[in-house]
Amino acid sequence: METGRLGAFQIEVASIKTAHLQLISHSPEQTQRLGTSLGKLAQADDVFLLCGELGSGKTCLTQGIAWGLNVKEYAFSPSFVLVREYYGRLPLYHVDLYRLDHIEEIANLGLDEYLYGDGVCVVEWAEKGLPLLPQDNLLIKLSYLSQTERSLTLETNGTRYSQLLRSLKPEMKTWNSP
Amino acid sequence: MRVLGVETSCDETAVAIVEDGMAILSNVIASQVDIHARYGGIVPEVASRQHMITILPVIEQAMFQFGTSWHDLDAIGVTVGPGLAGSLIVGVNVAKAVALAHNLPLIGINHLEAHIYANWLGDVKPVFPCLCLIVSGGHSDLVLMEGYGKFKKIGRTRDDAAGEAFDKGARILGLGYPGGPAIEAAARHAVPSFSLPRAWLKGGDDFSFSGLKTALLHLVRGRGVLDGSWVAEAAASFQQAIVDVLVTKTLEAAQRLGVRQILLAGGVAANKALGDAFASCSMLPVLIPPPGLCTDNAAMVAACGYYRFQSGQVDGYGADVVPSLSLG
Repeated sequence: METGRLGAFQIEVASIKTAHLQLISHSPEQTQRLGTSLGKLAQADDVFLLCGELGSGKTCLTQGIAWGLNVKEYAFSPSFVLVREYYGRLPLYHVDLYRLDHIEEIANLGLDEYLYGDGVCVVEWAEKGLPLLPQDNLLIKLSYLSQTERSLTLETNGTRYSQLLRSLKPEMKTWNSP
Repeated sequence: MRVLGVETSCDETAVAIVEDGMAILSNVIASQVDIHARYGGIVPEVASRQHMITILPVIEQAMFQFGTSWHDLDAIGVTVGPGLAGSLIVGVNVAKAVALAHNLPLIGINHLEAHIYANWLGDVKPVFPCLCLIVSGGHSDLVLMEGYGKFKKIGRTRDDAAGEAFDKGARILGLGYPGGPAIEAAARHAVPSFSLPRAWLKGGDDFSFSGLKTALLHLVRGRGVLDGSWVAEAAASFQQAIVDVLVTKTLEAAQRLGVRQILLAGGVAANKALGDAFASCSMLPVLIPPPGLCTDNAAMVAACGYYRFQSGQVDGYGADVVPSLSLG
């Protein structure tokens, strides 16, 4: 395992492999910066699955993804309405399964038009509906480490996402520039 | 002038008749809250199907309540957004059909604007310029209103809406749905003694409630087993943090903008702790819609329709839903 430490106030690469990247974020801004890079690299039909408890930074990461897609506003939580749509370089479909505890409820949502559509689909609380979500995806696991630190693990499923992760690596040096 | 209002943007099927934008002649609301309570919130497919079942009986009841015939009506106002697409479509299509059948003008209404007009249904009438705080499950917006139909958005939530923060907080504390009334009830006799963070986002009028939610979660985790009095204290502390931020930031903006009144709107405006805090901290008059008109209803849609009609804003029968509509 390759490990790099970039200093406490910078995004930290905890481990990096072909299909796996683990990062430590020290602020919401750093989490947003990672998201912005993902948004810049995103293509139509991309699916990003976000797994992690309340307060682990899912909406924060999605805000960055939206900015990377040239959405000019804050993507805010879709928990109440389940899906919010934003229009930038590509449409962004921001889905949130937080309130749904049964897989049948998720099946009834009619998510396919977002998941297999013309835009980028970000699903918060994806762990609640994994069997119903596309098998090819970028899986991002977020967890709360301390008040200011979050761990983010990116796992690729499918060749499109391995390619995405490869393109992400050169972007990483921009995260720590002031 | 009598306007029939139709509202199906979320989980209430509502129809009302309002005269001259201020006198309610009939007001019917079929709530789906019991149906959605088991999901901890609204499920779009379920909501859409319920609207289809209830919309026609609700229209009939509103007409019957006032004992009116279609000839006595002058226009129809219907919410076109923001809201759930599948829910909005039901109201908009029914309103179009009824308007066509009875040859009445159709006015597409912005749900957020309608929430503000609920203040015209009270005894004290608003004066311009005023600052509106719209707080609901889906929105937390600060909007400057300089005249009828003249809105400028000053601030918005960057993450969770205030009503959504209440829902999530209630869920964390095991208090059920809808979270606002559940937290308010639990907090009623408790002292807000826990220290929870307030996101001030200095230098702007935006709100953020996500950090507060996370802090509550970790407070609960640290406690382990929850007992009633501890939950009550946590609910009171959580509610106080939301109220503090909403009141402080609204008053700061009101002073800076030199408005004459503050108008509250949306479901969270019914929260008594919020109303009390505004009443005790504000030098300006603070208006709150009459009871029952903070949460979604069609009287506010009809009132808004009246003012839109007066300014000549009538939509054709081609009016369509705009699920992501914003205000100002």
